[in-house]
Order: sequence, then structure tokens, then C-alpha cells
Amino acid sequence: MSGPPPSGIRGGVRQSPPHDSARKHVTGAAVYVDDMPAPADLLHCALVTSPHPRARIAGIDTAPALALPGVAAVLTAADIPGANAVGPIAHDEPALFAGTADYAGAPVAVVAAETEAAAFRAARAVDVAYEALPAVLTLDAAIAAESYLRPPSVMAVGDADAAIGAAPRRLSGALRMGGQDHFYLEGQVALALPREDRDLLVYSSTQHPTEVQEATARLLGLKMHDVTVRVRRLGGGFGGKESQATIIAALAALVADRTKRPAKLRLPRDADMIVTGKRHGFLVRYDAGFDDDGKLTGVRIDLYAHCGHNADLSPPVLTRALCHADNAYFLPHARFRGFLCRTNTVSNTAFRGFGGPQGMLAIEALLDDVARCLSKPPEAVRAVNLYSGTAQKTPYGQVVEDNLLDRIVPEVMRQAEFDTRRAGIDAFNRASPVIKRGLAMMPIKFGISFNLPQMNQAGALVHVYSDGSVHLNHGGIEMGQGLFMKVAQVVAETFQIDVDRIKLSETSTGKVPNTSPTAASTGSDLNGMAAHNAAAAIRTRMAAMAAEHFGVAADAIVFRENRVHAGNESLAFEELAEMCWRGRVSLSEAGFYRTPKIHWDMDTNTGRPFFYFSYGAAVAEVAVDTLSGESRVLRADLLQDCGASLNPAVDLGQIEGGFVQGMGWLTCEELYWDDDGHLRTHGPSTYKIPGSRDVPPDIRVHILDDAPNREDTIFRSKAIGEPPLMLAISVWLALRDAVAAAGDGDRPVPLDAPATPAAVLAAVEALQGGD
Amino acid sequence: MLNGETVDARDMPPTVTLLDYLRLHRRLTGTKEGCAEGDCGACTVLLARPPANGGDLSYDAVNACLLLLGQLDGTAIRTVEGIAAPDGAPHPVQRALVETGGSQCGYCTPGFVVALVGAHRAGRLTDTAAVHDALAGNLCRCTGYRPIVDAALAVANEAAPRMDAVAELDRTRLGQLDSRPGGLADVFDALAAEPDARPICGATDLGVAISKQKGADVPLVALDRVPELQRLDIHDDHYLIGAAVPLERLIPVIAADYPSLAVLFRRFGSPQIRNRATLGGNIGTASPIGDSLPALIALDAGIGIVSRHGRRAVPAADMFSGYRRTVLQAGELIEHVILPRPRPGEIFRIYKLSKRYDQDISTVCGAFRLTLTDGMVTDIRVAYGGMAATPVRVAAVEDALRGKAWTLETARAAAGALDRALSPMTDMRGSAAYRRSAGRNLLPRLWHETAGAGPVTVQDL
Repeated sequence: MSGPPPSGIRGGVRQSPPHDSARKHVTGAAVYVDDMPAPADLLHCALVTSPHPRARIAGIDTAPALALPGVAAVLTAADIPGANAVGPIAHDEPALFAGTADYAGAPVAVVAAETEAAAFRAARAVDVAYEALPAVLTLDAAIAAESYLRPPSVMAVGDADAAIGAAPRRLSGALRMGGQDHFYLEGQVALALPREDRDLLVYSSTQHPTEVQEATARLLGLKMHDVTVRVRRLGGGFGGKESQATIIAALAALVADRTKRPAKLRLPRDADMIVTGKRHGFLVRYDAGFDDDGKLTGVRIDLYAHCGHNADLSPPVLTRALCHADNAYFLPHARFRGFLCRTNTVSNTAFRGFGGPQGMLAIEALLDDVARCLSKPPEAVRAVNLYSGTAQKTPYGQVVEDNLLDRIVPEVMRQAEFDTRRAGIDAFNRASPVIKRGLAMMPIKFGISFNLPQMNQAGALVHVYSDGSVHLNHGGIEMGQGLFMKVAQVVAETFQIDVDRIKLSETSTGKVPNTSPTAASTGSDLNGMAAHNAAAAIRTRMAAMAAEHFGVAADAIVFRENRVHAGNESLAFEELAEMCWRGRVSLSEAGFYRTPKIHWDMDTNTGRPFFYFSYGAAVAEVAVDTLSGESRVLRADLLQDCGASLNPAVDLGQIEGGFVQGMGWLTCEELYWDDDGHLRTHGPSTYKIPGSRDVPPDIRVHILDDAPNREDTIFRSKAIGEPPLMLAISVWLALRDAVAAAGDGDRPVPLDAPATPAAVLAAVEALQGGD
Repeated sequence: MLNGETVDARDMPPTVTLLDYLRLHRRLTGTKEGCAEGDCGACTVLLARPPANGGDLSYDAVNACLLLLGQLDGTAIRTVEGIAAPDGAPHPVQRALVETGGSQCGYCTPGFVVALVGAHRAGRLTDTAAVHDALAGNLCRCTGYRPIVDAALAVANEAAPRMDAVAELDRTRLGQLDSRPGGLADVFDALAAEPDARPICGATDLGVAISKQKGADVPLVALDRVPELQRLDIHDDHYLIGAAVPLERLIPVIAADYPSLAVLFRRFGSPQIRNRATLGGNIGTASPIGDSLPALIALDAGIGIVSRHGRRAVPAADMFSGYRRTVLQAGELIEHVILPRPRPGEIFRIYKLSKRYDQDISTVCGAFRLTLTDGMVTDIRVAYGGMAATPVRVAAVEDALRGKAWTLETARAAAGALDRALSPMTDMRGSAAYRRSAGRNLLPRLWHETAGAGPVTVQDL
């Protein structure tokens, strides 16, 4: 299957129809879970959470809360009829903590009342007796105490120790990077409706309805077929509603099951940020051996992931970090070790990039430090280390067969007029004592597929009705990324009908079972192909009917521009649909897809985890105030591989949006815990995501031309959700470049992430103070 | 009036937020709750203001999560559901946002639509910087903003559907707060009757707590309809700024005299906040990081205080007695601020440092009034926020500069005096070490700026 040119239908692939709900977004008509009309007898829920980072729960007195007006129930772990275990992998996270509460924010009870205000009052009235216990609060404390969730994970190729020992030059360094709150605008929310036989219908703002279904069933002692989960749209997810939404939905379901009344649990922003997990902060330590050109001959990198109180998705996050600590660079001798550090803080989780950004930042910092030590341009050091050709292997053994770096890096340097601007910036810096400008280029190579092979499967359900209208359902979640429109375009293209003939329908575990989360950028690859397979099967049957009607062979039937052609004769698509119904031909199909070629050995960290790689490169220019540490991005040039894009406008939105979100992670977004283990940045007044003025005034985004996926993906497109976030590492590197201009330029720049004004100023002072 | 329809909600508790009223009681769910603290803009609605000289209503973008129903009697509100043309044709802003791909998840989108419609109506979408000003109170996590800004610029000059006529303003009937006096005398009565009562005006500070806990713990006395507090008088040598004048109204008045202060005020909260927030509220809240306070101290503003028993004036520098405490006595109110106008040759600069340029709270803020005569510092007043438990005047820095030649060396030496005078704290906005370094460095920044040698902030590029 290769990419056909834009066809004569509205909304086929390669076209740019707007987001499926764009008109509803701008009029306020798009319905999110909290907007649904309240069912009769609805109970509003609120969480009772532990104020201690670690405490024994000595007792819970629910009577004061139950005595308040309008309070229907206060449920604790003792009220859970099934297994109190909702963690996604190890089932190690209780829905409600019992015995000990392991972080400040740990839910210990859920209250249900007639109004939300009454629920909030009741939650404050529940009297929990805690005995505070010693707690591990920081990454450093966890490392010092060897508080690890699992033994270290090692990925190795060649002999790093020997290579570093024999290297002409060596450097060791360290880097800290903070976590990141997802700050989806729609907070976590679920609405659970009891039905007959203890069945439950759950509306959840989740990226993973199957996990909600499975965990709810487990919590309540039910079977999966007793629970149906439906999702129309999310007000943003970014990974934060992969496992974290499960807890919220399961608790709403618990209340509904116990009270036999509809129940809604909606986390206000502060609770959302305190209770639910975030991107992992990391500590990185590295040793590098290299030659005078900066070519890396041996590398050791240790990655310490700040996991919080339990595993959640931390093990696969760490695996992906290890799989991206090479980024775009060939490392013949490398040893990466990953440590899952357990602390008494919120359990960190999936976030766009899923460890990839942290792994990449590690090697990018290392290369930047190497370049500074050599007084060489960092982009030149990057260039000598890039994967070259199509035969080199990653440290985990996958051959980089589809390498586009040789093409993409020179192209972005040219588009950005890098060398000319470099000279101008250097001249500016010589004349400007206070403000320094910086410039940096960085490439990305991001692996596409879930690391765990069994997750790479998807289903879709397509019906053609007898009037020619089409009902489309699949296991993917629309969370803003444009997935529903992309999959509809695939079906439109397959049937050769206008996309507005296709009705997008809410995701439901009752229609497509056993789905994977919409995550890891795989949404359109997996669900697009499953929907294509379903539509193609129906088309084949319709073609047979048309062949019979026209008296030609089936391969003479052509679907084109809303009609079905046989030579000079044709039928409208809807006429053929009607004909199929009359002829008792099935117009419904469940499509299925599983990603080929992939395999992974979790014990040795080797295999081919990724069906293909997505490539990109970015050049960023910044200005830094060496007196205040304030900074600003002045220009960004982004070049991103989308394969043969299914929808260039949607992909452009993912590139720009991901880039700005990545900028936030690396600049203004700072999670701050006080010495008592309390998160103090739990709302937008204290946690600052980028605003409109923070976007570079000059941002030039290009989708790589003429680069169809060499693998057989849906219409040769590539995934786009996560990779562009990592293009923002260019901003952080440019900030380092600007800070370097404030010093002598021959030392590593001691700038961690996020590069807040405080971090930038500290780095400037460190460089200037060392004179 | 709500979206052009008459509203009677006298049965509603007056401390219900407009947001909950819209979503729970009117089923107008296009207006979203993203934070309930006035920072994300997903709840943005338009609040009508009677025009000065007849004609159509003016509409200000405001945060519905911080507005209490009891403050809205006799007003008109437009939500995202009420801005299309009567025939259902989308507003140009709505159409353009679809065309540019300005929405992804869509949850913030109604707030952006409404904020842009308000700015569009006011003719404020003149250029990119103005669009950023208009959007400073709206957060989007998906798009990266570029398509939203493009949409705003694309429709800036298009005609838009008309909204309510003035005559309809008085058809809203809502529950009353505990007290909403129409004059100062009534205020004192109300405060005497309820000694625990808290005065509110824009309620952009106290409203956060009310919004989050869904109700007020204390009786409220609303000051936003007290004419004595709404004065805004321009005199030859000073401004008299009523305590209840929204900050947004103040900006154009002081911009020519104090461009640096106008820039600061444009970074004070967001348009939604400034359309409600007042100088009196900022002083009364007495936060050590209140944005206006270092300016008032450095400019030697006087705070006019009134009570049933009379009036007194307190210099801004003497107003703050401790962490979030003022010298106001029981029964006293801030009536106005007397802000001196600049004397010839006077330089005033205020520098706010924060993690984000727009809609953030100061980590450190420094304000400087400086007069140079033949290269010598002949007058200097210095005030800082974020460096102590209150905003403070720093006499030690003034002493280190007064009478000295204005050089980079003197500026640095004075910075050393700051270090010795103040002991800032560490919190989520910045460490003590950062506050010290950055606070110190504002003096060399001031020197570089007065010396005119190249850009001194990243916004200058």
C-alpha cells in the first residue's frame, strides 16, 4: 500500500479537514464528562487525602461527615468488595489507602453527597487518625537509601569501561531535570451509572478505557463484561489520563456500586495536581570517552528516575528512557543503567514522550558538555556522532534502517540559516554586556511502538448503513490530537467517500474490546490500520455485489468520488449499500491490526521494540538576561518527519503544540515540594505553563517533504504525538549556549532543567564566579 | 441579562459563583472550570459595563469562577453560547479559530473565544503584542497558541454581530450579598453591623477561596457600587485613584507619565483579573509580592483612609505592618490613593521578575525613582517586593546612592547595601539566594537602562 495522491473526495488522506469537533469547541457545544446532564439522584464525590508523606492510618471516623446534611456515604478501603489494587502493571496501587498512606495526597476515603459543596464539606469532616512515619522525600534521599522499586535495569553494547579507559579524552558530569504536570485543562473526572445486575456504565475522561473497565471489575469483584466504559472526548490527556484516570473512575464506580446511585468524581485542580502523577524528574550521571573531534568512543549513563510511592508505569517509562539515551547518535560502546527510585511522593506516570525526553536530554547535555570542553561548536560535535547510513545498531540492537538524519540535519541547518545567524549572534554578544543570545540545533530519533509487543494491537468497528452513511468506531481516544478525524479520513479514503458521510462515535469497551491505551503516539497507526482493515473488508464485499450487478469481474470495480464504477457505468455509494442490504450482504466489520516485526527481551533490554523511527530536528534561538536570569525564545525552526502525513494541518498542530509543551517542561514549569513533602505548586497561580507570549515570535515549522514511511503503515504515514515535544530540547541547549556566552566558553554550562530564571542566573554566576 | 435573556435568580445564594450558576443551574456548560482560581481563563465570560456616552454596552472579559452572583445584580453577561449572531452565524472569532486549527482538545477554547470577542469588540486586536495582552489570562495546553493568535489577527477588522442594548441592562435580578452598599455611610453601617465582615470589590483574592470551597466563611460587604471609591481624578501634580477603580481603567491614565508602571500593570494578573481587581484591594491584601506596592512606595504615594469618624492619610511606605497586615484599624477603609505625578527629569522604573512574563506573581519586584543632576544622584527612592515579609522601602540603598556619581560601580555598591538590609525567604517562586542575586542585580540593570547601552531585558529584543 503506497500513498495515493489526494483524491476527489472531501476529507481523504493527505487533506487537512479541521478537527472533528472544531465547530463544537468554538461554540461551547462539545460535551465533556462534567458537562453531561446530571442524572436523577446523582451523587457528587470528593476525596479524603492524607496530609502526611507517610503515615499509618490508625483509624477513620466517618460519623462526623455522615452527620452533615446531604451526605450519602463515606467509603474507605474496608468497603471495597473486590481487590483494592488498581496499578496498571503490578496492581500495586490501592484505590483507597489502608494500613499506611504513602504520600501527601494519598486517597484514604471517598465521600458522596447530594451536592459538590456538601461533598467538599464532608471530606473535610472525615476524622482520620494518622501516625506519621519516616518518609523518603527526595530523589537524592532515595538514592542514598537505595530505595528502589526494582533492581537496576541495564542496557549495554560493546565494552564501555574499556572504551572510556582507552579514550584520548574523558569527561564526567551530572544533570538534574524536573518533572512536569500534565495540566490538561479538563481535570480528572468520571461518572458511573449503576445498571441492573450490578452492571456499571462508566463515562470516564481516560486514555485507557479498557484499563478502567478491567480495574473497576477487579475492585468491585466483577467480570469485565459487567462494566462498560465510554469516552467521547478528553479535555487533554498527554499521558496523565492513562493510568491516573483509572483510579478516579474506579472510585466513582465504587460509590455507584455501593449506593446504587449515579456518582460523579471530579477532581478540582488542586486535588488533581496533588493526587495524580506527573512526568518523572531524573538525575543523570555520565562518563564519556571521546576523541579530539568529540566523537564518542565510550559512554556510561546512569538514569535515576523519581518514581514516587509505587511502580505505576515507571518501569516502561525507564525502559523508554534507556532506549532514547542514544537519541540520534551511534554509540559503539555504551552502558546505560536505570534506577527506579521510590519516594513518598505522588507516583509519577506517563507523560508525552514517556521517558524518551529524559533519555534524550541526558545525551544532549553530555554532548553539549563535551563540545564546551573542546571549545567546539556543539552542532559539529553532534554531527560527528550522528547515526550514519542504514546499518548501524542502537545500544539495544535495533538496526536504524530508516535513518533520515543524514538528510534532516543539513536541511534544518539550511532552513534556519544557522551559520549566518551564528556569526550575527556572536557579534551581538560581544557588544551586549547584559543580554546574551544563544543558538542551538538538535536532532531527534524517536522509536514508534509500545515497548511491550502485546500492546501493539487495535480494533475497529465499521458499519455501512443501507442509506450509505457510515458509522465508525475504534479503540482510540480523541483527546485533542485529531485522531478521530485522521481515522475518519482513512475510512473515507478506503471507501472513496466524503468524510462527512462518516459518523464518528464515542469509544466504548462494548464495541471494541481489549484495547491498548491511546498513548505512545500509536493512535493513528494502530486504529487507522484497524479501521482501514474493517472498511476494506466491507468494500470487498460491496465490490463483489457491484461486480454481480454490472456483470464484470470484482477487480474491475473502482470506488471513486462517492461512486462505484465499472467501466462507464456507475452507482452512487448509497445505491450500492442499499443493494447490498437487499442482497443480504454484511455491511459491518470488526477490523483488527497488530504491528508486525517487533520483539523485545525485557531481561536483556534488547530486540526490535520499534516498528520504525520518527525523525526531526530543531534550531532555536534565545536571549538570556545575565542579571535576572529571565529568558525568551526568539526564533525556532522545526523540521519534523511525518511520513506521508494523513492530515498536515493536524500534524502541524501536534508539532507546534508538542514543542511548546516541551519548552514549558524545560523552562518555566517547576514542581516544588516543600521540606515536609507537600507539593506547593498545585494550581496555575503557582505552576506556570507557557502562555501565548512565550511562543517564539518567529516560529517556522516544516513537515519533511517526500518522506513516506518505508514501513507499511497506514497510507505510509508516521506517528506524531510525542516526537515534537523533544524538539524543544533545542531551546534548553540554546539557553546553555547563551549562558556560555556570559563566561569564557570553555567549560560545561552548569544549567539543569527547568531553566527557570533562578537556574539560569545560578549558571551565569557559576561561570562568571569561577574566573 | 444573560445572553440577551432576562434573568431572575433571586432564589440563588449570592455567594454562588457565576461559573457554578451557569453550569449547574442554567446548563450553559460551554463555560468551563479549569482551575477555579482565576488563572486559566477557561471560565471567561463577558460582563457588560454601561458606556460613558450612550451607545452599545462595553463588555469586559472576566473570570466567572471569581464572580459572585450577588455582585451581578443589574448587569448583563455574555457566555460562549451567546456570542454568535442571532441567526446562528458564528462570530468571526469562532469562524477563524476553526479555520486556523485554533482548537485541539477544545476545553480552553470557549474561554479563548470569549476573551477574543471582548478584545475584538473593544478594537484591541491591533497587533501581535496586543493579542498577547488580550490572551494573557487564557491558558492552552494543546495548540502552542500560534493558530489562536493568527485567528485573532485575521479577524481584527471584521464586523461582528451586535450585542445587548443599554436599555436592557437593568433586567437582571439576583440575590444580594450580605451587603452591597451604595455609599460610604452605608458601608460603615454594614461593617458596624457585621464586625467580622470582609469588604470585597473585585473579589479576585478572596474570591479564590470562595470559589474553591464553594461558599464564604464570613459575611461580605461589596464595595464596587460605592461612588466615593470610584473616583479617578487627574490633577496637575497627582492622581487621585479611588480604591475601587479597576486596574484596567487606570492603565491608560498613568501610561504617559509612568510608562514603566503601565508595563507592570499590563503584567498584573490578566485582563480578566484587571477588569475587576483594584488598587485598594492590592493594598488591603498587603501581600509581600503585591505587584503595585513597590511602585506606590517608591513613588511616595499616599493612602487615603476613611472611617465613620474621619479621614487620615498614610504614606505607602508606612502602610504595611507585617505579613499581609496593614495599619488599617477596625472600621477603616482604603478610600483612595494619591499618586504623585513625575517631576521634570525624574526617572521611574519598576522591574518585576517572575517565572513567566504574563500573569505570574512576582518573585522579586524592584521600583526606583531616580533624579540625576549632572551625573549625580540627587533624589532616589527604592522599594522592593518579595524580599521581606512586606513590600519595603530600602533606605540603605537610597543612602548608598544619594549624592554619588551615577556609575555602574555605585549601582553595584548600592546593591551590596540591599544584601545587608534584607533577608528574603525561599518558596516555590524562588530561593532566597535567587531573590538576593536578582534583587541586587536590578540596580545594575537600572544603570544600564539609564545609560542607554543596548538592550537590558529580553523583552527589548
